[in-house]
Amino acid sequence: MTDFQVPVWGYWVMGAGLAAFLTLVGMYVKKNRGFKRPLFASPYVLWLALFTVIPCLLVAYFSFTDPAGNFTLDNFKNFWDSNYNARKAIDPKELESYLAMGLSLEDLGLARNAINIDTLVFSLWMAFLCTAICLLLGYPAAHIMADREFKLGPTLVILFIVPMWMNFLLRTIAMMSLLEDNGLINNVLEMMGVGRQKLLNNLAAVQLGMVYNFLPFMVFPIYNVLNKMDYKLSEAAMDLGCDKWHTFYKVTLPLSVPGVVSGITMVFMPAVTTFYISRLLGGGKVQLFGDLIEAKFLSTSLNEWNVGSALSLIMMILILASLGLLRKADPEGEGGGIV
Amino acid sequence: MKKKGLIIALVALIAVAAILIFVLPKKGAETPATSTEQVPATGKVVNVYNWYDYMDEEVFDLFEQETGIHVNRMYFTTNEDMMVQVRVSPGAYDLVFPSDYCVERMIRENMLAEINFDNVPNFSNISKDLVNPDYDPENKYSVPFMWGTVGILYNTKLVSDPVDSWGILWNEKYADNIFMLDSIRDTMGVTLKYLGYSMNTREVPELKAATDKLIEQKPMVKAYYVDETKDKMVAGEAALAVVYSGDALYAMEKNEDLAYAVPKEGSNVWIDPMVIPATAKNKENAEKLINFLCRPDIAKKNCEYIWYSSPNAAAIELMGEDYTENTTINPSPDVIQRCEFFHDIPDDKLTIYNSFWGQVKNAK
Repeated sequence: MTDFQVPVWGYWVMGAGLAAFLTLVGMYVKKNRGFKRPLFASPYVLWLALFTVIPCLLVAYFSFTDPAGNFTLDNFKNFWDSNYNARKAIDPKELESYLAMGLSLEDLGLARNAINIDTLVFSLWMAFLCTAICLLLGYPAAHIMADREFKLGPTLVILFIVPMWMNFLLRTIAMMSLLEDNGLINNVLEMMGVGRQKLLNNLAAVQLGMVYNFLPFMVFPIYNVLNKMDYKLSEAAMDLGCDKWHTFYKVTLPLSVPGVVSGITMVFMPAVTTFYISRLLGGGKVQLFGDLIEAKFLSTSLNEWNVGSALSLIMMILILASLGLLRKADPEGEGGGIV
Repeated sequence: MKKKGLIIALVALIAVAAILIFVLPKKGAETPATSTEQVPATGKVVNVYNWYDYMDEEVFDLFEQETGIHVNRMYFTTNEDMMVQVRVSPGAYDLVFPSDYCVERMIRENMLAEINFDNVPNFSNISKDLVNPDYDPENKYSVPFMWGTVGILYNTKLVSDPVDSWGILWNEKYADNIFMLDSIRDTMGVTLKYLGYSMNTREVPELKAATDKLIEQKPMVKAYYVDETKDKMVAGEAALAVVYSGDALYAMEKNEDLAYAVPKEGSNVWIDPMVIPATAKNKENAEKLINFLCRPDIAKKNCEYIWYSSPNAAAIELMGEDYTENTTINPSPDVIQRCEFFHDIPDDKLTIYNSFWGQVKNAK
C-alpha cells in the first residue's frame, strides 16, 4: 500500500487559496463596514470545500493515476473491459506459455468482459423502474394528502415520516426477516392456504426495498407543491365548467410539475447509486453499480481503489448530466429547489 | 484606500502562514494516536485492536486488576480496515489480532515488531503443531490466539446424503437451499479444493475452472452471506452452508439439527494470531498481555466464551472432555492434515482473483 502524500506544491496552492479566500472576506468586511451576509456564509463555504470539493478532486486524482501516483488511463480502460487489469497483471511469459498450450484468452477467462458497463446499464434500468414505480405510487398519495376535504391527510403525512425516524439499514434488515422463507409474510400466506412463496433473494425483493426506502423522497416534494397550490385556481376551473378530470389535467398537473421533477431527482439519484440494500435483499446475487464500487474499495489490492475512483467519477458525471437536464424543467426550483 | 487593501491582504497571508505552520505535519513527528477513551495512550496502558466480540471482556478487567495496566479497547470488522488503520495511525495500537495471511503480509511490509519471548514464558503452553506456522516460519512475530477450519454446516433434517465432499454443494437436490460465503478467498478456495487444486493457486487455468464451477453453481445458491449465515442456519433457512468452524459451533448450540463436517478433499485451516505493530509505544505491556492471555486459566476462560479451537495445550487439558470429545472444535489430526493455510497473494495476482470473482458475482 502506498501512502498518499500531498505534493509540496499542493500546500502552496491550498495556502494561496486560503489567503485569497481570507482576503476576499476582509474586503467584504471593509466594503460593507461590518459583518454582513457573506461573512456568515464563510463557514459553509469552508465546510463545502473540505467535505465536498476536496473529496471530489481526490476521486478525480485517484481515477487518473495508478497506485504509485503516475498518470494513467488504465482505470477507464478497465471500465470498458473489466479484465484489462487482470490481463496486465499476468506475467507475459506465463500468458505466452498458456497460449502455446492452445488455450485462447476466452478459455483463460481473460477475454474482454463488459461487467462494469453491463452493471451500470442494469443499475440505470433498476433506478428508472424504481423512479417510475415511486411516481405512480407517490403522486396519488401526495394528491390525497394535500386534499383539503380529506381529514386524514395530516395523519398520513406523519405516517410517511415516522419510518424515517429509524435508520434505513435497520428497516431493510427488518424487511429481510419479513420476507424470508420462514418469515412472517410467508407464515401468513401458509395459514391462508396460498403456500410459501420465494420473496427474498431475487430482483423483485431488491426493487421492493428500493421503492420502500425512496418513496418518501417522491411523495414530499409533490405534496409540498400541491399543498401550496392556490385552491381557488381549481375552483375557478370548476366554475368555468371543467369536470374533475379536466381540472386535474389542465390545472393541477401542470402546476405540480416542479414537485414531480424534484421528486424524480430525489429518487433517481439515490436509486442509481444504491448498494447494500441490493446485497441484503438480493442475497449477494444481485449486483448493482454501487456494490461494484464498494467491492473495489473494500479490496486489499490497492490497484482497485483507483479503478473504484474511476467508476465513481463516471457515475458522478452521469448524475450531473441528468441533473442538468432536469434543471431545464424546473428553472425556478419550486419543487424544493433540490435540482 | 489601496493601502488598506494591501494591509488586509498581508495580515491574511500572515494568518494563513501561521495556520499552515501549525497544521503542516513536521518531518519525523508522529501522528497523534486516535483513541476512543480519555486515558492517555502511553504509560501504564496497552492499546488493543481486536475483532468485535472476540474476547471475554472480563479477562481485560482481570489483567487490569493484576498488573494495573489499563487496556484501551478498539475494534475492527475486517482485516482490510485493520491494515489501513494500523498504517495511517502509527503508534495507536500495541496489540493487534489479524488473520494469518495478513500477518504474512505485515511481516513482508515490515509492519510488525519482533516479540521478546523472554517476556512471554507462557508461550510454552501453545501446542507444538501451531508453533512456527507457515505465515511466520521462525515464529518471531506472532502468538496464536484461536484457530479453526472452514467446512459445511448442514441441517440433518434436510440433508439425507452423507456430507463428506464439497461436491454436495453442486447437488441439484439442494438447489436454492445453499448458502455460500460472500468472500473471495474462502469461496474460490473451497472450489479449488473440490477440483483438487491448491487453495493458494496462482495458475490461471485452475482459477478459471473454479470460476466456471461457481458460475454453474450460482442458480442453485440461495444467497451469498458472511455474518448472516449462522443465524439463518439456526432459523432453518437452508440445508447447507459453507461456514467457519466458530460460526458452526455457535449455530449448533442454538439448533440441535445442525452438524458440521470438513470435506474429504480438504479445506482451509486458519489461525488468528496476536501481533505487535512495529510502531507500538507500549511493547512491553503488550507482551505482558500476550503472556497473560496464554495463561491456561485465562486461555480456558476465553475459549469457553468465544468457543473456537484453542491453540493452548494446557488450557485444553483444563477443559477436559467437553473440548476433546467435540470433533468440530477439536478435529482429528487426519482432518488437519488435509487442510491448507491461506497464503497472502500479492496485489497483481489478487487482481486476477478479483476479476474472476467479479464474473461470478455478475453471472445471471
